[in-house]
Amino acid sequence: MQSNALPRLMHAASTRPLTLAQHEEVFATTHRPASLLDELEASGLTGRGGAAFPTATKARFVREQRGRNKFVVVNAMEGEPASHKDQTLLSTHPQLVLDGAEYLAAIVGAQDVAVCVARDNPTIVNHMERAIHERSRRSQRGPRLELHTPPWRYVAGEESALVHWLDDHESLPQFRVTRPHVFRISNAPAMVDNAETCANVGLIGRFGAQWFRGLGTDRSPGSALVSVTGAVRHPTVLEVSLGTPLREILASADADTDPLAVLLGGYGGSWLSSSHLDVPYCNEALATRGVVTGAGVIVVLPRGACGVVETWRIVRWMANESARQCGPCAFGLPALGEDLKHLASPTRDALGAFKRLEERLGVIDGRGACRHPDGVVRLVRSALAVFEEDFNNHAHAHACAGSRSTTHYATVPHLEREEELVWE
Amino acid sequence: MGVIRRTGTFVLQVNPILCDGFGHCVELAPELVKLDEWGYPIISSEPTPFGDARVHESARYAERGCPRQALRIRRVED
Repeated sequence: MQSNALPRLMHAASTRPLTLAQHEEVFATTHRPASLLDELEASGLTGRGGAAFPTATKARFVREQRGRNKFVVVNAMEGEPASHKDQTLLSTHPQLVLDGAEYLAAIVGAQDVAVCVARDNPTIVNHMERAIHERSRRSQRGPRLELHTPPWRYVAGEESALVHWLDDHESLPQFRVTRPHVFRISNAPAMVDNAETCANVGLIGRFGAQWFRGLGTDRSPGSALVSVTGAVRHPTVLEVSLGTPLREILASADADTDPLAVLLGGYGGSWLSSSHLDVPYCNEALATRGVVTGAGVIVVLPRGACGVVETWRIVRWMANESARQCGPCAFGLPALGEDLKHLASPTRDALGAFKRLEERLGVIDGRGACRHPDGVVRLVRSALAVFEEDFNNHAHAHACAGSRSTTHYATVPHLEREEELVWE
Repeated sequence: MGVIRRTGTFVLQVNPILCDGFGHCVELAPELVKLDEWGYPIISSEPTPFGDARVHESARYAERGCPRQALRIRRVED
């Protein structure tokens, strides 16, 4: 693969994962960088898990930590219900992800690579097991590769929760006194990276930074995987060059190109009204509209659907997915859910709930150990702005026609009872 | 230890995982802490100078008096 065109990560993808031999043939190395870290820095790769933090900066930080046994953690937990990108990547190019993880291990000086896949997806676990086995059979050099299967929870994929699980078998987020924080697994510094980020590192290691910058924008180079769901013929995972106009992405996903709004980033992301659909899909352009690319989730909400109901359903599920460690999240999110419920199918208390909702949004932000509550607050805030008219109507007991529909676009898994939630 | 620092500024920081909402902090340091409707502290993020002896004393009381030891006085580096 020499050319600069798309697809990159999805190059030669088929219904079966590429074997190691096929992988070596398809992604034959063309570039041997003098220093992988410098190459990574020059590539300008940012994390694809949501925070879009520069990967080279993180690698340098972990490399500078003392410690003989460091860890590279590949995060393929994919906690976002609307995201399918890591799943797609691991079932087509598991070796590319492992490539990247090995490069990162070489950069930071790690002896262990922990690949984390949610145990609720046995197909992916299988693919990964096989890929790791293939590698260890070929050579014993390089870092130890190990597969880990934490339970699938929304917050279990959050980096501190993942490290906590690897360290202590509990998928609960941890409190960080200062940032940047050095994550540790049995006292060894760990670097956590999303599976898609690792795959990109794999490509950079094989084809170089200059090739990588051939797509995307100056500040967001490269391509990204997006999961398009909602008002779309078939839910798809697409690879797009960063900076592609949003409307173009919707068109190539065969989605509704004139929707009411789209949800970007994930269930802790933001709604974007359809009047902004010509914005380029990259963080620097989206930031001016208060939106981020996040984990590459796009949920298309068609005209005629009800944004209030959709938001309520997401918030109710997100509140249930709270790890219930921090008061503002454990009590605040269900309270937001209750207020939204009063609005979704307006009760006599709808106007009161609307006022309470606005007050409560102001106090929850930034008060949890992880960013789970912040994400929900961001989602509700954006909903209030984008669906302002609907919220006003609902608050005055005029529910829109869409709110009585039983079709929903932002799908959520079924609500588990609190005692059913598995954290270990 | 035991030295009262008079230069620089501090913030009171809560570990939200440890905090169980006993509410002692709001009694001990009302200048810095408010409670939300569920009884958990909302702490002012505005740095306070160590030189403000009265507030610093309150903060130390809150730090010592927290039944869950969830509060820490953190120096703000600038």
